[in-house]
Amino acid sequence: MAIAALQLRKRSVLPGFGLALGFTLLYFGLVVLIPLAALVVRGMQVDSAAFLKTVTAPRALAAYRLSFGASLAAAGLNVVFGAIVAWALVRYRFPLKKVVDALVDLPFALPTAVAGIALTSLYAPTGWLGRPLAALGVPVAYTPLGVVVALTFVGLPFVVRTVQPVLEDLDAELEEAAASLGAQRWQTIRRVILPEVLPALATGFALALARALGEYGSVIFIAGNMPLKTEVVPLLIVIKLEQFDTGGAAALALVMLAASFVLLLTINLLQRWSTRRRAPLGD
Amino acid sequence: MSIAVRRVSKTFGTFRALDDVSLDVRTGELVALLGPSGSGKTTLLRIIAGLETPDAGTIHFHGEDATALRVQDRRVGFVFQHYALFRHMTVFENVAFGLRVRPRRVRPDRREIRRRVQRLLELVQLEWLADRYPAQLSGGQRQRVALARALAVEPKVLLLDEPFGALDARVRAELRRWLRRLHNEIHVTGVLVTHDQEEALEVADRVVVLNQGRIEQVGTPEEVFHHPATEFVMHFLGHVNVFRGRFVGQKAVFGGIELDVPDAPETGSLEARGFVRPHDLDLSVTPGPDTLLEGTVMRVNAAGPQVKVELRSDAGEVIHVELSQERYRALALAAGMRAYVRPRDIKLFPSNARAAGAAAPVG
Repeated sequence: MAIAALQLRKRSVLPGFGLALGFTLLYFGLVVLIPLAALVVRGMQVDSAAFLKTVTAPRALAAYRLSFGASLAAAGLNVVFGAIVAWALVRYRFPLKKVVDALVDLPFALPTAVAGIALTSLYAPTGWLGRPLAALGVPVAYTPLGVVVALTFVGLPFVVRTVQPVLEDLDAELEEAAASLGAQRWQTIRRVILPEVLPALATGFALALARALGEYGSVIFIAGNMPLKTEVVPLLIVIKLEQFDTGGAAALALVMLAASFVLLLTINLLQRWSTRRRAPLGD
Repeated sequence: MSIAVRRVSKTFGTFRALDDVSLDVRTGELVALLGPSGSGKTTLLRIIAGLETPDAGTIHFHGEDATALRVQDRRVGFVFQHYALFRHMTVFENVAFGLRVRPRRVRPDRREIRRRVQRLLELVQLEWLADRYPAQLSGGQRQRVALARALAVEPKVLLLDEPFGALDARVRAELRRWLRRLHNEIHVTGVLVTHDQEEALEVADRVVVLNQGRIEQVGTPEEVFHHPATEFVMHFLGHVNVFRGRFVGQKAVFGGIELDVPDAPETGSLEARGFVRPHDLDLSVTPGPDTLLEGTVMRVNAAGPQVKVELRSDAGEVIHVELSQERYRALALAAGMRAYVRPRDIKLFPSNARAAGAAAPVG
């Protein structure tokens, strides 16, 4: 850190670099690094054979599969539909638009347990949506699909809120230019608009994914929590804790932590790569 | 290809942007739409392009009604004031865009696209920037890329919306001479929107002066400059002094000057307004029979090809005069001296009813 500080100590016209960096490190340390470090330390205390046994148990493997699979699916769904919602909110005027705009944030505000219970009663085999869906042979509640539904619900605002401002800033002249050059509507969307919003979509995807991976409250109600079938990793960790197996819980948490970090880092790098040469057309 | 605009009107909410406008642009001609902001010039251009639909009236390309054609099908090249380049594409890809989005059966193959884009980049003298991104170019270069991109689809009509408006004065002057040369080379029918009278007069074959959604005058740059049809055109195309006089019988009287006006009003307001450009005024240090008025020299600016003199009459009006350097030296003018104003040319307009801005001298 001392070396970095020495290298960064260049004279700047913007004062407060030392203060800002110091505060950032302190804050980041207190809020993020120290708890995570404690987690790592606790995980390391587990005997390596036991660690390996815990993290590769069939029940754990099934939970990883469900957690990552359902989270990726939910984030993917949110990218598609969140982008459409953002588009509608930015480009069109319709009655109650302000209300719809406010509703987008509701999954943020609602206690996740409330959301979970509401979704469960809706999608249960006796619920309004669950009954017709079950009749069609698509049970939702207490299946992996139910997990995807809950994770989609809690992740929706991320994509909408990251894409919306980018679309608002997107110059309508770009679309007019494309049209005057003979591009059909879908060509304009694919070749002009999509590349512009791609970084925002990636950010929204990453945020929705991160949120979904850690989600607990809304999932446990709709998932049914059958071991090997509909058990997500956060639930498994809680179960371990309830059995006073803090070592096992920390081991699972470490795996999740590492996997999530790699995933998010990859998305960030992809995003960096896609925007590398793009600076705003300012003048 | 010729363009015909027939009785086009367009309102935005309560704002009347275009009011029954008709206009003909001949094949191969470069026409400038000139007017202040809000005069409807950009709206007219966008209606010709198909980016805006008129409330009433029709647009014809080469005699065929194109009013219902979508912008994609009109084959117009449109150049935007702020370039509207695709910033995630290289210069090459920007120019190639119009060719790449064509339906497969009319799309040129890869080699042909490369050849055409290369040729266009040579035309705009930017072939060495083909692999750069728009963000890496200067404003003038970006606008040339935008022009090459518009020309790539071999448009029948080239429409330019204040193409040099966002550039600084030197680049602007350079680019407009370059545009004129380019137009002489490729001879595509062109319509250029501008609020800069100098640009319109320098670049265009004909100038259309617009004001409040109506056409004030259409003519060659020389015609509109030397023979403005209305007070508005006179005001808009350069600095002008306004003198107050009276109609007496068939004459208009300004100071010691009498002008024959066969259709002078005999009743109602007998106030006459005479318009004189600063370079159509002469000064002398002694009064003569054709002195319009006298005043005190307030300021002299001899920097530039013409000497600018600011005079204040005894009634308090400010008069702007432009003299040649020789005349200025012969008079030996200096601030504080008395001087006598003599007009070489006074313009009167048939009606003062048209709103034409302030009555005080402009500039």
